[in-house]
Amino acid sequence: MSIVDLAVQNLASPMVLFFALGVAAALLRSDLSVPEAAAKFLALYLMLAIGFKGGVEVSKSGLDPAMGLTIGAGILLSFAIPLAGYFFIRMTTRLGAIDAAAVAAHYGSISIVTFVAATEIVRGLGLAYEGYLIAVAAVMETPAIVAALLLARRAAPAAGDGPREGMGPLLREVATNGSIVILVGAFLIGWITGERGMSMISPFIVDPFRGILCLFLLDMGLVAGRGLRQGARELSPPLIAFGIYFPLVSASLAAALVVPLGLSVGGAALFITLAASASYIAVPAAMRLALPEANPAIYLTLSLGVTFPFNLSLGIPLYAAVAQRIAG
Amino acid sequence: MEMHSKKRIEILLEAPAQKRLTDLLDRLDVTGYTVLPVIGGRGHHGVWSRDGLPSAAGAMVSVAIIVAEEKLDEVLEPVFELVRRHIGIVTISDVMVIRGERF
Repeated sequence: MSIVDLAVQNLASPMVLFFALGVAAALLRSDLSVPEAAAKFLALYLMLAIGFKGGVEVSKSGLDPAMGLTIGAGILLSFAIPLAGYFFIRMTTRLGAIDAAAVAAHYGSISIVTFVAATEIVRGLGLAYEGYLIAVAAVMETPAIVAALLLARRAAPAAGDGPREGMGPLLREVATNGSIVILVGAFLIGWITGERGMSMISPFIVDPFRGILCLFLLDMGLVAGRGLRQGARELSPPLIAFGIYFPLVSASLAAALVVPLGLSVGGAALFITLAASASYIAVPAAMRLALPEANPAIYLTLSLGVTFPFNLSLGIPLYAAVAQRIAG
Repeated sequence: MEMHSKKRIEILLEAPAQKRLTDLLDRLDVTGYTVLPVIGGRGHHGVWSRDGLPSAAGAMVSVAIIVAEEKLDEVLEPVFELVRRHIGIVTISDVMVIRGERF
Protein backbone atom coordinates (compact mmCIF):
# COMPACT_ATOMS: atom_id res chain seq x y z
CA MET A 1 0.00 0.00 0.00
CA SER A 2 1.41 3.40 -0.95
CA ILE A 3 1.91 6.06 1.65
CA VAL A 4 -0.88 8.15 0.11
CA ASP A 5 -3.36 5.23 0.24
CA LEU A 6 -2.31 4.57 3.82
CA ALA A 7 -2.82 8.22 4.80
CA VAL A 8 -6.22 8.42 3.07
CA GLN A 9 -7.38 5.18 4.65
CA ASN A 10 -6.26 6.44 8.06
CA LEU A 11 -7.90 9.85 7.66
CA ALA A 12 -11.19 8.15 6.83
CA SER A 13 -11.03 5.83 9.86
CA PRO A 14 -13.62 6.24 12.65
CA MET A 15 -10.81 6.96 15.13
CA VAL A 16 -9.48 10.01 13.31
CA LEU A 17 -12.98 11.21 12.43
CA PHE A 18 -14.17 11.00 16.04
CA PHE A 19 -11.12 12.98 17.11
CA ALA A 20 -11.96 15.59 14.45
CA LEU A 21 -15.56 15.65 15.69
CA GLY A 22 -14.31 16.44 19.21
CA VAL A 23 -12.09 19.27 17.96
CA ALA A 24 -14.95 20.69 15.86
CA ALA A 25 -17.41 20.49 18.76
CA ALA A 26 -14.98 22.33 21.06
CA LEU A 27 -14.28 25.01 18.45
CA LEU A 28 -18.04 25.45 17.93
CA ARG A 29 -18.40 25.83 21.72
CA SER A 30 -20.78 22.88 21.88
CA ASP A 31 -21.62 21.63 25.36
CA LEU A 32 -20.56 18.12 24.34
CA SER A 33 -18.25 16.85 27.05
CA VAL A 34 -17.00 13.65 28.66
CA PRO A 35 -16.96 13.79 32.47
CA GLU A 36 -13.52 13.63 34.04
CA ALA A 37 -14.23 10.29 35.76
CA ALA A 38 -15.38 8.74 32.47
CA ALA A 39 -12.24 10.03 30.68
CA LYS A 40 -10.08 8.43 33.37
CA PHE A 41 -12.00 5.17 33.06
CA LEU A 42 -11.54 5.13 29.27
CA ALA A 43 -7.81 5.77 29.66
CA LEU A 44 -7.56 2.96 32.25
CA TYR A 45 -9.39 0.58 29.94
CA LEU A 46 -7.08 1.35 27.00
CA MET A 47 -3.92 0.85 29.10
CA LEU A 48 -5.25 -2.39 30.57
CA ALA A 49 -6.23 -3.77 27.17
CA ILE A 50 -3.05 -2.79 25.33
CA GLY A 51 -0.84 -3.95 28.22
CA PHE A 52 -2.60 -7.31 28.44
CA LYS A 53 -2.42 -7.91 24.68
CA GLY A 54 1.31 -7.16 24.69
CA GLY A 55 1.88 -9.58 27.55
CA VAL A 56 -0.05 -12.34 25.75
CA GLU A 57 2.07 -11.79 22.62
CA VAL A 58 5.26 -12.18 24.68
CA SER A 59 3.91 -15.37 26.25
CA LYS A 60 3.29 -16.75 22.73
CA SER A 61 6.62 -15.74 21.21
CA GLY A 62 8.75 -16.42 24.30
CA LEU A 63 11.51 -14.19 25.60
CA ASP A 64 13.44 -12.55 22.84
CA PRO A 65 17.00 -11.32 23.47
CA ALA A 66 16.11 -8.28 21.37
CA MET A 67 13.70 -7.23 24.12
CA GLY A 68 16.48 -6.02 26.42
CA LEU A 69 18.22 -4.22 23.58
CA THR A 70 15.02 -2.50 22.46
CA ILE A 71 14.25 -1.42 26.02
CA GLY A 72 17.78 0.01 26.27
CA ALA A 73 17.33 1.81 22.96
CA GLY A 74 14.01 3.22 24.18
CA ILE A 75 15.63 4.60 27.35
CA LEU A 76 18.44 6.12 25.31
CA LEU A 77 15.99 7.77 22.89
CA SER A 78 13.80 9.10 25.68
CA PHE A 79 16.87 10.73 27.22
CA ALA A 80 18.36 12.03 23.95
CA ILE A 81 15.20 13.39 22.28
CA PRO A 82 14.63 16.16 24.88
CA LEU A 83 18.23 17.33 24.43
CA ALA A 84 17.65 17.66 20.68
CA GLY A 85 14.20 19.20 21.25
CA TYR A 86 15.55 21.77 23.69
CA PHE A 87 18.23 22.75 21.17
CA PHE A 88 15.66 23.20 18.36
CA ILE A 89 13.27 25.21 20.56
CA ARG A 90 15.98 27.53 21.84
CA MET A 91 17.36 28.05 18.32
CA THR A 92 14.05 28.68 16.59
CA THR A 93 11.67 30.20 19.15
CA ARG A 94 11.72 32.82 21.86
CA LEU A 95 10.76 30.45 24.65
CA GLY A 96 12.80 30.77 27.83
CA ALA A 97 14.92 27.93 29.22
CA ILE A 98 12.27 26.66 31.67
CA ASP A 99 9.43 26.57 29.13
CA ALA A 100 11.76 25.03 26.52
CA ALA A 101 12.85 22.29 28.94
CA ALA A 102 9.22 21.54 29.88
CA VAL A 103 8.21 21.26 26.21
CA ALA A 104 11.26 19.08 25.48
CA ALA A 105 10.27 16.66 28.27
CA HIS A 106 6.90 16.06 26.58
CA TYR A 107 8.53 15.16 23.27
CA GLY A 108 11.07 12.78 24.79
CA SER A 109 8.35 10.96 26.70
CA ILE A 110 5.62 9.03 24.92
CA SER A 111 1.88 9.11 24.34
CA ILE A 112 0.36 5.72 24.96
CA VAL A 113 -2.81 6.71 23.08
CA THR A 114 -0.77 7.54 19.98
CA PHE A 115 0.82 4.11 20.41
CA VAL A 116 -2.61 2.47 20.74
CA ALA A 117 -3.82 4.23 17.58
CA ALA A 118 -0.69 3.03 15.78
CA THR A 119 -1.32 -0.58 16.84
CA GLU A 120 -4.72 -0.32 15.15
CA ILE A 121 -3.12 0.89 11.90
CA VAL A 122 -0.45 -1.83 12.08
CA ARG A 123 -3.18 -4.40 12.67
CA GLY A 124 -5.16 -2.97 9.74
CA LEU A 125 -2.13 -3.59 7.51
CA GLY A 126 -2.13 -7.22 8.60
CA LEU A 127 1.19 -6.85 10.41
CA ALA A 128 2.20 -8.35 13.74
CA TYR A 129 4.36 -6.55 16.27
CA GLU A 130 6.57 -7.50 19.18
CA GLY A 131 4.46 -7.57 22.35
CA TYR A 132 7.40 -6.34 24.43
CA LEU A 133 7.03 -2.90 22.86
CA ILE A 134 4.56 -2.29 25.70
CA ALA A 135 7.47 -2.59 28.14
CA VAL A 136 9.50 -0.27 25.89
CA ALA A 137 6.65 2.27 26.03
CA ALA A 138 6.57 2.06 29.83
CA VAL A 139 10.31 2.70 30.25
CA MET A 140 10.27 5.63 27.80
CA GLU A 141 8.05 7.77 30.05
CA THR A 142 10.61 8.80 32.66
CA PRO A 143 14.12 9.39 31.21
CA ALA A 144 12.81 12.40 29.26
CA ILE A 145 11.73 14.03 32.51
CA VAL A 146 15.23 13.55 33.98
CA ALA A 147 16.84 15.02 30.86
CA ALA A 148 14.52 18.03 30.89
CA LEU A 149 15.09 18.74 34.59
CA LEU A 150 18.84 18.58 34.09
CA LEU A 151 18.52 21.04 31.21
CA ALA A 152 16.32 23.39 33.23
CA ARG A 153 18.61 23.30 36.25
CA ARG A 154 21.69 23.90 34.16
CA ALA A 155 20.17 26.73 32.13
CA ALA A 156 18.39 28.51 34.95
CA PRO A 157 19.81 27.47 38.33
CA ALA A 158 18.06 30.38 40.08
CA ALA A 159 14.64 29.83 38.57
CA GLY A 160 11.90 29.36 41.11
CA ASP A 161 13.69 30.89 44.05
CA GLY A 162 12.07 28.44 46.44
CA PRO A 163 13.81 25.34 47.67
CA ARG A 164 14.18 22.72 44.97
CA GLU A 165 13.19 19.25 45.93
CA GLY A 166 15.33 16.34 44.89
CA MET A 167 14.52 14.44 41.73
CA GLY A 168 13.98 11.17 43.60
CA PRO A 169 10.44 11.70 44.92
CA LEU A 170 9.28 13.08 41.58
CA LEU A 171 10.70 10.15 39.61
CA ARG A 172 9.14 7.72 42.05
CA GLU A 173 5.79 9.43 41.55
CA VAL A 174 6.15 9.25 37.76
CA ALA A 175 7.30 5.63 37.82
CA THR A 176 4.40 4.63 40.07
CA ASN A 177 1.93 6.81 38.17
CA GLY A 178 -1.38 4.97 37.81
CA SER A 179 -1.14 4.72 34.03
CA ILE A 180 2.28 3.02 34.20
CA VAL A 181 1.21 0.66 36.98
CA ILE A 182 -1.87 -0.52 35.05
CA LEU A 183 0.07 -0.78 31.77
CA VAL A 184 2.96 -2.78 33.22
CA GLY A 185 0.69 -4.74 35.55
CA ALA A 186 -1.66 -5.76 32.72
CA PHE A 187 1.39 -6.64 30.58
CA LEU A 188 2.69 -8.98 33.31
CA ILE A 189 -0.77 -10.51 33.85
CA GLY A 190 -1.09 -11.08 30.09
CA TRP A 191 2.37 -12.65 30.04
CA ILE A 192 1.59 -14.95 32.98
CA THR A 193 -1.87 -16.02 31.84
CA GLY A 194 -1.14 -16.14 28.10
CA GLU A 195 -3.71 -17.35 25.60
CA ARG A 196 -5.85 -18.95 28.30
CA GLY A 197 -6.17 -15.56 29.99
CA MET A 198 -6.88 -13.92 26.67
CA SER A 199 -9.71 -16.33 25.86
CA MET A 200 -11.22 -15.56 29.27
CA ILE A 201 -11.32 -11.78 28.93
CA SER A 202 -11.21 -11.12 25.19
CA PRO A 203 -14.93 -10.18 25.03
CA PHE A 204 -13.98 -7.31 27.35
CA ILE A 205 -10.62 -6.21 26.01
CA VAL A 206 -10.69 -7.10 22.30
CA ASP A 207 -14.21 -6.69 20.94
CA PRO A 208 -15.10 -3.27 22.42
CA PHE A 209 -11.54 -1.93 22.03
CA ARG A 210 -12.00 0.11 18.86
CA GLY A 211 -15.29 1.62 20.00
CA ILE A 212 -13.82 2.68 23.31
CA LEU A 213 -10.78 4.08 21.53
CA CYS A 214 -13.16 6.19 19.39
CA LEU A 215 -14.91 7.50 22.49
CA PHE A 216 -11.58 8.34 24.12
CA LEU A 217 -10.38 10.08 20.96
CA LEU A 218 -13.61 12.07 20.85
CA ASP A 219 -12.76 13.26 24.37
CA MET A 220 -9.16 13.99 23.37
CA GLY A 221 -10.52 16.02 20.45
CA LEU A 222 -12.72 18.00 22.84
CA VAL A 223 -9.81 18.70 25.20
CA ALA A 224 -7.46 19.52 22.32
CA GLY A 225 -10.03 21.84 20.69
CA ARG A 226 -10.68 23.58 23.98
CA GLY A 227 -6.92 23.96 24.50
CA LEU A 228 -6.48 25.36 21.01
CA ARG A 229 -9.31 27.84 21.51
CA GLN A 230 -7.81 29.14 24.74
CA GLY A 231 -4.10 28.44 24.38
CA ALA A 232 -3.44 29.13 20.69
CA ARG A 233 -2.26 32.66 21.44
CA GLU A 234 0.55 31.16 23.53
CA LEU A 235 1.93 29.36 20.48
CA SER A 236 4.10 31.31 18.04
CA PRO A 237 4.38 30.05 14.43
CA PRO A 238 7.91 28.67 15.02
CA LEU A 239 6.61 26.74 18.01
CA ILE A 240 3.67 25.32 16.04
CA ALA A 241 6.17 24.32 13.34
CA PHE A 242 8.25 22.60 16.03
CA GLY A 243 5.18 20.57 17.03
CA ILE A 244 5.05 19.18 13.51
CA TYR A 245 8.65 18.86 12.34
CA PHE A 246 10.17 17.71 15.61
CA PRO A 247 8.24 14.39 15.71
CA LEU A 248 9.85 13.72 12.33
CA VAL A 249 13.30 14.38 13.84
CA SER A 250 12.55 11.97 16.72
CA ALA A 251 11.11 9.44 14.25
CA SER A 252 14.33 9.61 12.22
CA LEU A 253 16.44 8.90 15.32
CA ALA A 254 14.28 5.85 16.08
CA ALA A 255 14.26 4.73 12.43
CA ALA A 256 18.07 4.61 12.48
CA LEU A 257 17.87 2.03 15.30
CA VAL A 258 15.23 -0.24 13.75
CA VAL A 259 17.56 -2.39 11.63
CA PRO A 260 20.25 -2.94 14.31
CA LEU A 261 17.49 -3.92 16.75
CA GLY A 262 16.04 -6.40 14.24
CA LEU A 263 12.44 -5.27 14.71
CA SER A 264 9.64 -6.58 12.50
CA VAL A 265 7.86 -4.13 10.17
CA GLY A 266 4.95 -3.73 12.61
CA GLY A 267 7.32 -3.42 15.56
CA ALA A 268 9.41 -0.84 13.70
CA ALA A 269 6.31 1.25 12.94
CA LEU A 270 5.37 1.24 16.62
CA PHE A 271 8.90 1.93 17.86
CA ILE A 272 9.15 4.94 15.53
CA THR A 273 5.70 6.10 16.64
CA LEU A 274 6.76 5.90 20.29
CA ALA A 275 9.74 8.15 19.62
CA ALA A 276 7.66 10.58 17.59
CA SER A 277 4.79 10.84 20.06
CA ALA A 278 4.58 13.48 22.79
CA SER A 279 3.16 12.87 26.25
CA TYR A 280 0.05 14.66 27.43
CA ILE A 281 -0.96 12.65 30.47
CA ALA A 282 2.02 11.76 32.69
CA VAL A 283 4.54 14.48 31.82
CA PRO A 284 2.25 17.54 32.17
CA ALA A 285 1.45 16.49 35.74
CA ALA A 286 5.16 15.88 36.46
CA MET A 287 6.08 19.27 34.98
CA ARG A 288 3.52 21.03 37.17
CA LEU A 289 5.42 19.64 40.16
CA ALA A 290 8.99 19.91 38.90
CA LEU A 291 8.87 23.12 36.86
CA PRO A 292 5.81 25.00 38.08
CA GLU A 293 7.16 28.21 36.52
CA ALA A 294 6.70 26.74 33.04
CA ASN A 295 3.46 27.77 31.36
CA PRO A 296 1.18 24.71 31.03
CA ALA A 297 -0.83 26.34 28.23
CA ILE A 298 2.27 26.12 26.01
CA TYR A 299 3.21 22.49 26.52
CA LEU A 300 -0.31 21.07 26.78
CA THR A 301 -1.57 22.91 23.71
CA LEU A 302 1.50 22.04 21.66
CA SER A 303 1.50 18.37 22.62
CA LEU A 304 -2.24 17.68 22.51
CA GLY A 305 -3.40 20.37 20.09
CA VAL A 306 -0.66 20.19 17.45
CA THR A 307 1.52 17.08 17.68
CA PHE A 308 -1.13 14.54 18.64
CA PRO A 309 -3.49 15.43 15.72
CA PHE A 310 -0.50 15.46 13.36
CA ASN A 311 0.65 12.02 14.48
CA LEU A 312 -2.87 10.60 14.49
CA SER A 313 -3.71 11.80 10.98
CA LEU A 314 -0.48 11.87 8.96
CA GLY A 315 2.40 10.87 11.21
CA ILE A 316 1.48 7.26 11.95
CA PRO A 317 0.85 6.31 8.27
CA LEU A 318 4.17 7.94 7.44
CA TYR A 319 5.99 6.00 10.17
CA ALA A 320 4.34 2.77 8.98
CA ALA A 321 5.45 3.50 5.42
CA VAL A 322 9.01 4.21 6.57
CA ALA A 323 8.98 1.00 8.62
CA GLN A 324 7.88 -0.96 5.53
CA ARG A 325 10.79 0.49 3.57
CA ILE A 326 13.53 -0.09 6.09
CA ALA A 327 12.41 -3.19 7.97
CA GLY A 328 10.42 -4.88 5.19
CA MET B 1 -25.71 28.27 71.46
CA GLU B 2 -22.08 28.80 72.40
CA MET B 3 -19.75 29.27 69.46
CA HIS B 4 -15.99 29.59 69.09
CA SER B 5 -14.05 31.79 66.75
CA LYS B 6 -11.54 29.99 64.45
CA LYS B 7 -9.67 30.61 61.20
CA ARG B 8 -10.47 28.78 57.98
CA ILE B 9 -7.68 28.46 55.42
CA GLU B 10 -8.85 27.60 51.93
CA ILE B 11 -6.29 26.63 49.34
CA LEU B 12 -7.44 26.38 45.75
CA LEU B 13 -4.56 24.52 44.15
CA GLU B 14 -3.64 22.81 40.90
CA ALA B 15 -4.44 19.12 41.26
CA PRO B 16 -0.95 17.66 40.63
CA ALA B 17 0.32 19.37 43.80
CA GLN B 18 -2.54 18.13 46.01
CA LYS B 19 -0.65 15.20 47.46
CA ARG B 20 2.31 17.40 48.38
CA LEU B 21 -0.01 19.67 50.30
CA THR B 22 -1.93 16.95 52.12
CA ASP B 23 1.35 15.18 52.98
CA LEU B 24 2.56 18.44 54.51
CA LEU B 25 -0.69 18.89 56.44
CA ASP B 26 -0.33 15.33 57.76
CA ARG B 27 3.07 16.31 59.16
CA LEU B 28 1.87 19.62 60.60
CA ASP B 29 -0.09 19.90 63.78
CA VAL B 30 -3.53 20.30 62.22
CA THR B 31 -6.47 18.29 63.41
CA GLY B 32 -7.83 17.68 59.93
CA TYR B 33 -8.52 18.99 56.47
CA THR B 34 -11.10 18.51 53.74
CA VAL B 35 -10.34 18.08 50.03
CA LEU B 36 -13.15 19.30 47.79
CA PRO B 37 -13.54 18.79 44.06
CA VAL B 38 -14.00 21.89 41.97
CA ILE B 39 -15.56 21.91 38.51
CA GLY B 40 -14.09 24.79 36.57
CA GLY B 41 -13.46 28.49 36.48
CA ARG B 42 -11.34 31.28 35.09
CA GLY B 43 -8.12 32.79 36.41
CA HIS B 44 -4.78 34.29 35.36
CA HIS B 45 -4.17 31.29 33.12
CA GLY B 46 -7.57 31.53 31.41
CA VAL B 47 -10.66 29.34 31.56
CA TRP B 48 -10.24 25.82 32.94
CA SER B 49 -12.53 22.84 33.39
CA ARG B 50 -12.15 19.35 34.76
CA ASP B 51 -14.24 17.88 31.96
CA GLY B 52 -12.56 15.23 29.90
CA LEU B 53 -9.10 15.52 31.39
CA PRO B 54 -7.24 12.22 31.65
CA SER B 55 -4.33 13.98 33.40
CA ALA B 56 -4.23 15.82 36.72
CA ALA B 57 -2.58 18.77 34.94
CA GLY B 58 -5.19 21.38 34.17
CA ALA B 59 -7.53 20.40 37.02
CA MET B 60 -7.80 22.14 40.39
CA VAL B 61 -8.80 21.05 43.90
CA SER B 62 -9.79 22.94 47.01
CA VAL B 63 -8.37 22.08 50.44
CA ALA B 64 -9.98 23.54 53.56
CA ILE B 65 -8.38 23.60 57.02
CA ILE B 66 -9.81 25.03 60.23
CA VAL B 67 -7.28 26.09 62.88
CA ALA B 68 -7.20 28.01 66.12
CA GLU B 69 -6.13 31.61 65.65
CA GLU B 70 -2.88 31.17 67.59
CA LYS B 71 -1.85 28.33 65.29
CA LEU B 72 -2.58 30.18 62.05
CA ASP B 73 0.98 31.33 61.32
CA GLU B 74 2.65 28.03 62.11
CA VAL B 75 0.35 26.31 59.59
CA LEU B 76 0.17 29.06 57.01
CA GLU B 77 3.89 29.66 56.60
CA PRO B 78 4.94 26.14 55.51
CA VAL B 79 1.74 25.78 53.48
CA PHE B 80 2.37 28.99 51.61
CA GLU B 81 6.03 28.06 51.05
CA LEU B 82 4.83 24.87 49.35
CA VAL B 83 2.06 26.33 47.22
CA ARG B 84 3.46 29.71 46.20
CA ARG B 85 5.14 28.46 43.02
CA HIS B 86 1.97 26.70 41.92
CA ILE B 87 -1.25 27.89 40.34
CA GLY B 88 -3.72 28.64 43.12
CA ILE B 89 -5.30 30.99 45.63
CA VAL B 90 -4.91 30.98 49.42
CA THR B 91 -7.62 32.70 51.46
CA ILE B 92 -8.13 32.98 55.20
CA SER B 93 -11.50 33.74 56.73
CA ASP B 94 -13.04 34.03 60.16
CA VAL B 95 -15.48 31.26 60.97
CA MET B 96 -17.49 30.15 63.98
CA VAL B 97 -17.57 26.52 65.09
CA ILE B 98 -19.68 24.82 67.71
CA ARG B 99 -17.20 22.26 69.01
CA GLY B 100 -14.22 24.54 69.61
CA GLU B 101 -12.06 21.92 71.33
CA ARG B 102 -11.77 20.01 68.06
CA PHE B 103 -9.56 22.58 66.31
